[in-house]
Amino acid sequence: MRTLTFTDIEFLVLAVRWTLLLSALAFAGGAVVGITIALMRTAQHRPQRYLAIAYIRLFQGTPLLLQLFLVFFGGDMIGVAVDPWIAAMLGLSLNAGAFLGEIWRGAIQGVSKGQLEAARSLGLHYLPTMFKIVLPQALRLAVAPTVGFLVNLVKSTSLASILGFVELIRAGQLLNNATFRPFVIFGTVALIYFVICWPLTVASRRLEKRLALAYRR
Amino acid sequence: MNYIFQFGEILKPVNLDELLWGMLYTLRLSAISMVLSLVFAILGALVRTSGPKWAQAIVIAYVEIIRNTPFLVQIFMIFFGLPTVGLSFDANTAAVIAMVLNGSAYTIEIVRAGIESITHGQMEAARALGLHTLQSFRLVVLPQALKVMLAPLGSQFILLMLNSSIVSVVSADELMAAAQDVQSRTFRPFETYIIVFVIYFVVSMLFQAAFALIDRWAFPRVEHR
Repeated sequence: MRTLTFTDIEFLVLAVRWTLLLSALAFAGGAVVGITIALMRTAQHRPQRYLAIAYIRLFQGTPLLLQLFLVFFGGDMIGVAVDPWIAAMLGLSLNAGAFLGEIWRGAIQGVSKGQLEAARSLGLHYLPTMFKIVLPQALRLAVAPTVGFLVNLVKSTSLASILGFVELIRAGQLLNNATFRPFVIFGTVALIYFVICWPLTVASRRLEKRLALAYRR
Repeated sequence: MNYIFQFGEILKPVNLDELLWGMLYTLRLSAISMVLSLVFAILGALVRTSGPKWAQAIVIAYVEIIRNTPFLVQIFMIFFGLPTVGLSFDANTAAVIAMVLNGSAYTIEIVRAGIESITHGQMEAARALGLHTLQSFRLVVLPQALKVMLAPLGSQFILLMLNSSIVSVVSADELMAAAQDVQSRTFRPFETYIIVFVIYFVVSMLFQAAFALIDRWAFPRVEHR
């Protein structure tokens, strides 16, 4: 056991970069999965819709921690040792995809149906209709809840520590093992998370209000 | 893919029983946390909407702090942090405290939104009929607000149940901890977690069905003619 020094706190603050990087990568992966799920969920054909619904149900109906474990140990199945980095990124992306898919589905359905019909009657195919007409308008509706979801995503990355991924919480645990000052250390960790998440929460709330004002008329 | 699935070991009575007990512990832990956080949330939302300014500020700060930090840090603070200032709990108590503390913050916002959705006229009418403020809240506003709150409360409670898996890190008794126990005994982690995945999924579907039933039973649809 040794005493807690300023360098230790610096170590904690520097560990934030892994939390941020993991959040960014998981968001990128989640966005790809999410847009696919959202498009499938709003598709005309039933099988695609059902597949998307099943995906969302499965990922929203089971704990994220378990999903991470499944990805982590699922590597055994194909004979590859998955390291915590890949497991955390993949698991978080698949999970985020379900939530983002559901958020973005709402945004797509919020765009009035006439837009889609007009685009189709002008002869545009499905993909141009979606990417040039519907999605740009849906984006406006999607921003506030997506920023709100980012808060959840940043918090979720903390679970990667259980796989052994050294991010903010794991760094705190390592430090705690050496110095045994849990109150100070986990308090600092909590504070750092708050500093990241709170501005996002406030931003999401503001955006939501602004959107509500725009739609009141 | 030449992986050979071996579920047999996990489906043996010793292991399967442990998982099923784990499920019961998860259900108990979630049920206790749900009830307690609903009670605290109603009190908190009352203070938040009509308490004195300083009390409102405390509730706001509490909600913001809990909602903007990970559950994992909260449980570490309670299980590892508090003992250093002289408050120590065993793992199961710490788990309940963490879950109630966390659940209440989210539930306060839901209850508040529910209360605020009921028009002021209802409260004023109740007051005009001679009910006390608390009586009018309990007898007039709350029953109507509950109807608005039920759907978001249902999904919040399912999230709470899924979150309870995280308390396994302090080895409180629940399904995820049981799973870790079984996988370390059988050396079949993947199969164990697949079975646990199914259990969690079934439980959350059952919860959803239960909330739908409560909704139907408590608020029968009014037939418009």
